[in-house]
Amino acid sequence: MSIVNAKLKDLLGWVDERFPLTSNWKAHLSEYYAPKNFNFWYFFGSLALLVLVIQIVTGIFLVMHFKPDASLNAAGVPVAFASVEYIMRDVPWGWLIRYMHSTGASAFFIVVYMHMFRGMLYGSYRKPRELIWIFGMLIFLCLMAEAFFGYLLPWGQMSYWGAQVIVNLFSAIPFVGPDLSLWIRGDYVVGDATLNRFFAFHVIAVPLVLVGLVVAHILALHEVGSNNPDGIEIKKKKDAKGIPLDGIPFHPYYTVKDIMGVVVFLMVFSLIVFFAPEVGGYFLEYNNFFPANPLQTPPHIAPVWYFTPFYSILRAVTYPLFGVDAKFWGVVAMGASAMIFVLLPWLDRSPAKSIRYRGPIYKTFLAAFVISFFVLGYLGVLPPTPVRTLVSQICSVIYFAFFLLMPIYSSIDKCKPEPDRVTSSGHGVKK
Amino acid sequence: MSNDGKVDCSRRRLLVATATIGGLGGVAAAVPFVASMMPSERAKAAGAPVEVDISKLAPGQMMTVEWRGKPVWIINRTPEQLASLKATDAKVSDPKSDKKQQPDYCKNETRSIKPSILVAVGICTHLGCSPSEKFKTGAESGVDPDWAGGFVCPCHGSTFDLAGRVYKSKPAPDNLEVPPHMYLGDARIVIGEDKKGGTA
Repeated sequence: MSIVNAKLKDLLGWVDERFPLTSNWKAHLSEYYAPKNFNFWYFFGSLALLVLVIQIVTGIFLVMHFKPDASLNAAGVPVAFASVEYIMRDVPWGWLIRYMHSTGASAFFIVVYMHMFRGMLYGSYRKPRELIWIFGMLIFLCLMAEAFFGYLLPWGQMSYWGAQVIVNLFSAIPFVGPDLSLWIRGDYVVGDATLNRFFAFHVIAVPLVLVGLVVAHILALHEVGSNNPDGIEIKKKKDAKGIPLDGIPFHPYYTVKDIMGVVVFLMVFSLIVFFAPEVGGYFLEYNNFFPANPLQTPPHIAPVWYFTPFYSILRAVTYPLFGVDAKFWGVVAMGASAMIFVLLPWLDRSPAKSIRYRGPIYKTFLAAFVISFFVLGYLGVLPPTPVRTLVSQICSVIYFAFFLLMPIYSSIDKCKPEPDRVTSSGHGVKK
Repeated sequence: MSNDGKVDCSRRRLLVATATIGGLGGVAAAVPFVASMMPSERAKAAGAPVEVDISKLAPGQMMTVEWRGKPVWIINRTPEQLASLKATDAKVSDPKSDKKQQPDYCKNETRSIKPSILVAVGICTHLGCSPSEKFKTGAESGVDPDWAGGFVCPCHGSTFDLAGRVYKSKPAPDNLEVPPHMYLGDARIVIGEDKKGGTA
């Protein structure tokens, strides 16, 4: 045994002289010191990574059978639509791989929304973690692009009309808009050219960028160190060896914790994949089981649930402004609502980072923001009526007020003093 | 490279020139890739005019034909429906069709060549959904109690009257587009061509 061990050690030494294997293992896992007081909310970063792997692996196997072709086959069905049905019915285990991919899309957004909300709860975007937050927002942008491009591929009714609406959003931009949306579609209507290029973006271009951004996100995190539920810097209190007193090595402590999260997550994920992959029309919309028909919009179209808060804000803008159509301002408001999170590090003037030590005004605004986010999300799946439009207008105002008034209310809020060391009651710590 | 902290100007110039030329080359190389995403020659060539027989289109009925991949509606409006256009004048945002959403020969009260026959592209000017017909009037329509008949876009709730004019304070900015069209006799319409300049 010792001979084998010695040989392995020699091999590792041979590799380390040529590639920074051990040093990277230490820097990012065995000697990356994370705060010891991570809680429930800290599962979602590693879960997002897991879902990314699920999407890439299932995606590769779906591409083996999918055909991005809008022309009609002998039976008069678009080839792309028929190839998805073929995957579901004739490819061995195809249904499982496809349901994992479609459930993975929604799971990705659930996990990422929780991950972002964690950042807002504990002020993880604050100095010195601004770049982590910006990379994260770019990941979110890529994720939305990925979901949008992917949604066209099955070439169902919702695919077609959803793409029609989103591509036309760009035509609202003054002067260049109409040409821009023509350039995106590659044809005068959403058609075969659009399907093929969306396929290229979905399987190659966006995933490459996405993976690069994930690497940047983690490198930036490991440069400055993780935040924690108390929102204080563990690097301020170090022992004689320079190790943070409240830090524990990521491996094995958090790898083991995260495996627990993975197990619970996969239980829920499997329940959905095997027993309710459509989730009542929320994960897979019923109208998408009809092939695309360019002559008829379904009587009620709504985006998939993860886009509905932003979609509601788009619909809420019905007034022209400065002589420019409401359409343009709706698009601006929708874009701003999805991207305004980027500004959080500079809007937040609170002396405390974590919700635990923030005052009542911030907590009230955050609660109002979360409620309006859910209400907007709910209204986005319903057809518009005058009352619903009014409610979504009120919620849109609350949504933006949370961000735009933050410099004021966060600086006048009465915060509690932050503790010196992190507070933790877990892992057998005696109080 | 600088010697003794001094910048060698001729080398710096060479550096700037090289970087500039290289950058220009990079931009130039992007042109074919960006241009390759514009509609192909085949896509541009498609879109021939469509000929439609409307002899079976009874008053109050509507038919949909495909032209350039888009739905085009042909609606045979009844006298009551035409009369409703007077009532909606005050409620629509562009009652006189001042914005160029129709050929000049359709810039009139009914937005059509023959008063009863409306030809319009059935694509909402907001974000391109196809509105649904709501020809029933009043509360029965489910739209609103004074509804005069028209179209409702399922996507963002824009409403249009029976001449395809958009109601005020709706997301859609413009009236529905009236495509170029002409009559070949009483009951045949060509959509996408208007050599006759709007005479019936």
